[in-house]
This record gives sequence, C-alpha cells and structure tokens, in this order.
Amino acid sequence: MTAKLIHQARWNEPVVMEMGVAGRRGVVFPQPETDAAALIPAGMRRRTKPALPEMTEHDVLRHYLHLSQQVLGMMGVSLFGTCTMKYNPRLSEALGLRPQMAEIHPLQPAASIQGLLEIVHNFDLILRELSGMDQFVFQAAGGADAAYTHTCVTRGYFAAKGELEQRNEIITSIQAHPCNPATAATAGFKVVTLMLEENGYPSIDALKAALSPRTAALMINNPDDMGVYNPQIREWTALVKQAGGLAFYDHANFNGVMGRIRARELGFDACMFMLHKTFGGPKGGGGPAVGAYGCSAELAPFLPKPLVVKNSDGSYGLDDDRPQSVGKVREFLGNLHIVMRAYAWARAMGADGIKEAADLAVLANNYMEKKLLAIPGVARSNPEAKTWRMEMTRYGLGPLKEETGLGVVEVGNRMTDYGIDAPWLSHEPWVVPEPFTPEAGELWSKEDIDLWCEVLAKVCDEARQDPELVRTAPHNAPIGRVDSEAPEDPARWATTWRAYQRKHAATRARAAE
Amino acid sequence: MQRLGVIVNPIAGMGGRVGLKGTDGPAILARARELGAEPVSGARAARALAELRRLGPAVLAAPGSMGEQACAAAGLACEVVETGEATGAAATRAAARAMLGGGVDLLIFAGGDGTARDVLAEVGTQLPILGIPTGVKMHSAVFAQNPAAAGRVAAAFLEGRAATQEAEVMDLDEDALRQGRVSARLHGVARVPQERALMQAGKSGAAIPDEAALEALARRMVTEMQPGRLYLLGCGTTMRRIKRALGFAGTLMGVDVALDGRLLAADVTEAQILRLLDQAPATAILGVTGGQGFLLGRGNQQFSPAVLRRLGRENLVVVAGQQKLAALDPACLHVDTGEAALDAELAGYIAIRTAPDRSAMLRIAA
Repeated sequence: MTAKLIHQARWNEPVVMEMGVAGRRGVVFPQPETDAAALIPAGMRRRTKPALPEMTEHDVLRHYLHLSQQVLGMMGVSLFGTCTMKYNPRLSEALGLRPQMAEIHPLQPAASIQGLLEIVHNFDLILRELSGMDQFVFQAAGGADAAYTHTCVTRGYFAAKGELEQRNEIITSIQAHPCNPATAATAGFKVVTLMLEENGYPSIDALKAALSPRTAALMINNPDDMGVYNPQIREWTALVKQAGGLAFYDHANFNGVMGRIRARELGFDACMFMLHKTFGGPKGGGGPAVGAYGCSAELAPFLPKPLVVKNSDGSYGLDDDRPQSVGKVREFLGNLHIVMRAYAWARAMGADGIKEAADLAVLANNYMEKKLLAIPGVARSNPEAKTWRMEMTRYGLGPLKEETGLGVVEVGNRMTDYGIDAPWLSHEPWVVPEPFTPEAGELWSKEDIDLWCEVLAKVCDEARQDPELVRTAPHNAPIGRVDSEAPEDPARWATTWRAYQRKHAATRARAAE
Repeated sequence: MQRLGVIVNPIAGMGGRVGLKGTDGPAILARARELGAEPVSGARAARALAELRRLGPAVLAAPGSMGEQACAAAGLACEVVETGEATGAAATRAAARAMLGGGVDLLIFAGGDGTARDVLAEVGTQLPILGIPTGVKMHSAVFAQNPAAAGRVAAAFLEGRAATQEAEVMDLDEDALRQGRVSARLHGVARVPQERALMQAGKSGAAIPDEAALEALARRMVTEMQPGRLYLLGCGTTMRRIKRALGFAGTLMGVDVALDGRLLAADVTEAQILRLLDQAPATAILGVTGGQGFLLGRGNQQFSPAVLRRLGRENLVVVAGQQKLAALDPACLHVDTGEAALDAELAGYIAIRTAPDRSAMLRIAA
C-alpha cells in the first residue's frame, strides 16, 4: 500500500435532538387493556412529557450509521501508543455475547454459574503463571482502578501492621502512568516522583534518596512510555523491600515482555494487567475494561472481596468471609465478559503463542523505529539511551516544529486526510517537545507499519513544501477542527442537550436567521 | 485590529561571538566592533516577524535599525514612533514608552537581558512583552526559544490563542562576569504570552497546572511553619506566593524573613541573615530558576557560603512546579555559591516540593 488521500463522508445532518417530527414513532405498541398510568404512584408520574425527538426506527438507525461514517473509528492502521491496539477476535466476541455470559444476573447464586466461575478461576491460574503472583482479582474496571486497588491493599496491609501512620509515602516516576500518583494521592499517601535521567529511567541513587521509613510502596511501569526497560529493576525492588515498602508493577506495558519476565521473580509484591488491551479484550470509548490485580499470599488477605475460589469438592464458590479485605473497588465480580474474552484469547494463543507475540511486538516496534528515525524532523526521547526499545516509544516532532512552525497537532490532523488516526501524543507532563507515542504491536503487518511511517514522512514533507496545507488540515474530514477551547470554558461547555440549548441560545438564534 | 509594537536592539548579541559575554555600554560595543563583530539582531528579528505576515497586524515600530528595517525585511507595514535624539538603552526606553502610549496589545522586542530590563523598566506589567532572543545573556524567562518560536507565540497571542503569565526578568552583572564571577539579579516580573500547550483531551485529564499547585502548596507551607523558627524566603515569583500566603507583599527580588507567621525583616542582606541566625533556628525556602535550574548563586547571593554553612543542607527547602522541573534538560539542579567545596557538599539528591503532599527527587549537580 502507498499513502493515498481518502475522503470521509459528510452528511450534514443536524443533531438527533433536532430531527424529530411530531407523531413519528419507532415502535407502535398496542393499547394496554388497563390504565397503565395508574400503575405508577401519583407522586412519581411525570407532569410533562420528556422532550425527546419523535422519530422512526429507520430514521434513527440511518442517522447513527451516518455518524459512524464520519469518524475514522480507529479502523485504519492505528499505531496508537500506550493502548496496545490489538485485534479482538470475533470468536472471543461471540463467546462474550453468549446468553450464559451476557444474561446472567449479578446476584445469581454461585451454584448456577459454575461454568463462569471455573473460567474466572482458570484465568486467575493463567495470570499467576505469567506473573508468579499467588492470587488475582478482577473487580477493578480498568488499569487505574487496579492501581487504586493497590493503594487500598497497601493501606490495609500497613494498617494491620500498625505502620500506616509512619508509612505515608508512595514513590513513583515522572513517566509512570499518571494513575499511579493519582491513586496514591486518592488513598491518602504523599507522592514522591523520580525524574528520568539520560538513559531513560530514574537512577538508583534517586530511589535510594527517596526511600525512608516513611515509604509505603513503589509504583512503577517497566518499560514506561519511553519504551526503555530498566535493567536494574531487581535491585530496585530489593531496595524497596529493605526499606520496608511494597513494590507494585504497573504492567500496562506488558506487551513487549509477555511470557519473558515474571513480576514476582523480579521482586514485586503485586502487579496489574490490562485485560482490555494486552489480553485482546476490546478497549476504547471508555467502555468496560478490567484491571486484573494480582499479589503475593502475604497481601492476599487484603484483596477486595469476594474472591472466586475452587472448593475441595471441585466446585467453585465466592469467598466473602475475608475479615481483612479492603472491601470493594467495584460492584460484584467486575466486568466478567472481558475476563471471558481474555481467557479465550489466552487459551487460543497458548503459552508459546503469548511469548511469540511479545517478540513480534518488540521486533515491530524496532522496525518502526528504524523507519521513523529516517524521517527528517523526527527526534527520539532519550537519544543517548542505547538499549532496544521494548514497547511504544516517545518520539517528538521538535525539529520539524523548529524548522516549519508545525508540530504534532497539525501533523496529526493532516495524517487523518490519509486515513490514519491522529497519533497518541503523550501523558503529562510533556518532557519531549511535540511528543507522539506510536506503538506497533504484534497485530500490525510490515505493510501496515510501512504505510503509517510513509504517511508521517509525507506530511512532514508537506509541512516544508506547503505549510499552509498542513496548518489548516484536515481537509478531507467532515469537520475541520474542533474548537479546543470550548470544552474548557464553563460558559460554553455543554454535556447535555439542555445545557447546550441554554448556553448556546444566542448562537442558535443567529444561525436560524 | 490587534496592534503590535516592535523594538530591535540592533547591537544585541554582538559581544557574544567575539567572547565579550555581553554588549552593555558603549566601550564594550566599540571593543566588539574592533574584534570584528557583525550585527545579528535585525536579521533574527525579521525571522520572527515573518511569522506574523499572514495576520497583517497594525505595527508600531521603533525607527530605522531599531525596528523599522526588520519590519520591512519581514514584509510588515509599520508606523514609526518618535524616539528623538536618544540612542542605545535610552532609545529602547523611549520607544517602549511611546508604544505604551500608542496602545499596542503586545510589545515584541529583539535583544538580550539588558534590553528586557530596559523594556520592563518602562512598561512593567501594564503591557505584555515577548523577547526575540538575539542577545548574549538571556537568563530572563521573557524570551521565546528561538526567533521563529517568538513570532509564532506572538501570532498565537494576537489571534487570542495564548494567555499571559508572569515571567522573571533576570540579568547578570557583566563586569563581574568578565572577571569570572557569575552574579545574577532578578530585576522584576513581566507579563508574557504563553502558547497554550495543545493537550490531547479525553484519554488523560490535564495535570494540575503549576500555578494552582504552587498556590495550594504556599498555603499548606504556612500552616506547617513552626513557632519560634525563622523562615528565610528567597527571591522570585514562587517565593512571593509563600510571602503572600503569610499575609505580606514581600520583596520579589530579595530575601524576606518570617517569624511566627509575620514578616520580621524585608529584603535582608547576608550580614542581617547571619545576625538573625544567632537568635533562632532557621529554614531557608528556595525556588528554582526556570530553564537553567539554579538553586543558589543566581539572584540570591544573600544565601552566602557562610549563611548556608550555618543553615545546613537539611534546613534548605526547595519549591518548584513539576512542569518547570520536567522542562529541565538534563533533569538536574545547579548551585554556584562561590565556594567549590560547599557546592560539592550540597550536591546529591534533594526532594523538591511541587504541590501539597507531592515532591520530586532531583539531583544537585556536583
């Protein structure tokens, strides 16, 4: 494939709230035999009808189909870093949608969901094998929730030891995912941040200076978003243990090391996997996710409850009798349909397949790096770091911006004209000028990676030849550029139709004239 | 239409290439010319102004080589202000005065720290200013990274895409510099447009901006202060937040001492600090200079070696915003107390307070 301009659909339809016509119906229900309104207590009846658009089912379907055609929808080549974009096999989707999975009630007795509990337990065993931990729990509804689980477990563990008042600090790094400092603070800990040094990770001396009798835990990614694996990690966890703290491995970036390292063997007390990215579950759109949290036997009493356990008679049950548990971080057992999909993925891949996927991902990322660094205008984070990048890596268009005045935002906008989703930029704080963070996992073919890099190279070239074209991009999308200020301006932001009508009455009136 | 003021210091930067560490004063300029220095400032200014051509702003420029020529080179039409007979720094100041009176929305100037001081002296915080870096010394935070970036930030501001924030104007003492001593002073605070970083929304929320974090930290630190203990509060805007949280205006460019929640002594000298240290235990609270990452020896020489030895490293508290620290490249701090042995003792990791309950470990370079 070579880079070609695309053209997106532009339907020019109003928002659905403005599309109704009085009297139209999606479904015409038969008249009830009794007075249905009387079934609702008088005090709870609506006085006015909800202001919903009256539409036919066909109109609604057509409208939403059109909307879906107006976005790229991450359906092209999307090397969207930190997300580990993976194909979600249709087979796993079909399993997740089976009625035995999709239609169970969260309060159903354990005896009636034995098959499901068996899957949860068996997947727990798979993750124990991959991490060396002694128990997993799937309650957390995402990576940040799993990090929060860790801060709760840390709190419970030190409270039980009578050290919580003394141990009130959690150490993390400036390029650990921001959920680590955020959840530490939410759980009431002080946050000590380590900065990256020349080789792309914090120095061991910085860690030593940060450790003290106040240290409760270290929360760290490895590799972090720079893609550099910290080879001193065993020494790190040993130092944390010596200081009396717990070491937590945020395994959000597990993809490059799957099956190659085990968190427990590296000295970690707990870790977290993201089933919705690394394990092939669907992600994006803020939809259901799972942060699988696993820990050592020493920390297990503090895990959220209930735990799925295998009874001595071979049946499966829910263990709710856990007096030291931190309670709940999410309702019921978590998003089990994602656990189901991740289990299907792991079984389909097998232990060897998982290792091979990790190797392919590292290979793909390094192949991509060769191509990216050949593009004038692209710089790499920590250029001095000599080691191979394992995962997504932070690059920057600083040199291009110096030269042309155009940076990642303009370049990303223009890339969409070629059907490539704008790349993920960077978590905060931005330590690389004009950052972008592509990740080529095992999903992407050589041709896909070639195409992505070719589009970037082409847009960088356009930035030099015809800067105005790039500055005003995108040109082939239904909407040029969204006003980035409005969502931050209380006078203009509107998350409901009612708020929109109220705040934008004047604009709407002008438009109507 | 938005109005832009343009001032070029045509001799800025001339001392640099011939190793004179600055071009302040006629004698140094003559020496620079003797050594073969060529003017560079006008061309760099034109490079910045070219970024504004597509906007076609109304421009008020200083005459001749002080702005008019750079505008012409960049293809910008301009109206020229009167500066009379003045030359050098006086001409810069006269032009800045005229632009303040002429109602410009932004004053862009090309020069170094000396030029920034002259502009600041006239306009203060009444008018946003922005420096095109063309000088030798540029320790002030009013300068863009390079001429093109200055032009783009100015364009963003005139198009309403940039807000202003306070930035420190610093200058080194050139005579001391030529004698091998680095001595910097903070000369004041200007309002400078800052391009809003175009953050990617949605996947991760915005971090706490430094300003909010430091404001909250200042209030927290006041509640933590111990009775009977002296707090020596350093220079700069970060320290001013703590001074204001304590309830006094404070000296922006000097060291103030607080005791029991009140101002004990304002703008103290080294000798005054040493006398106070005889009376009570003390903690010094210091900021970090942006860009360079200096903790000591830039604008706060009141913290002399004698003072620092009396205080001890454990009684130094450092405060800086996390974004400011993240922007340091490499991520380390510097001290320049004037005594190499003391600098070496201060080297090593130190926890910098960045927000209430948040700190960052940074290395003080040896």
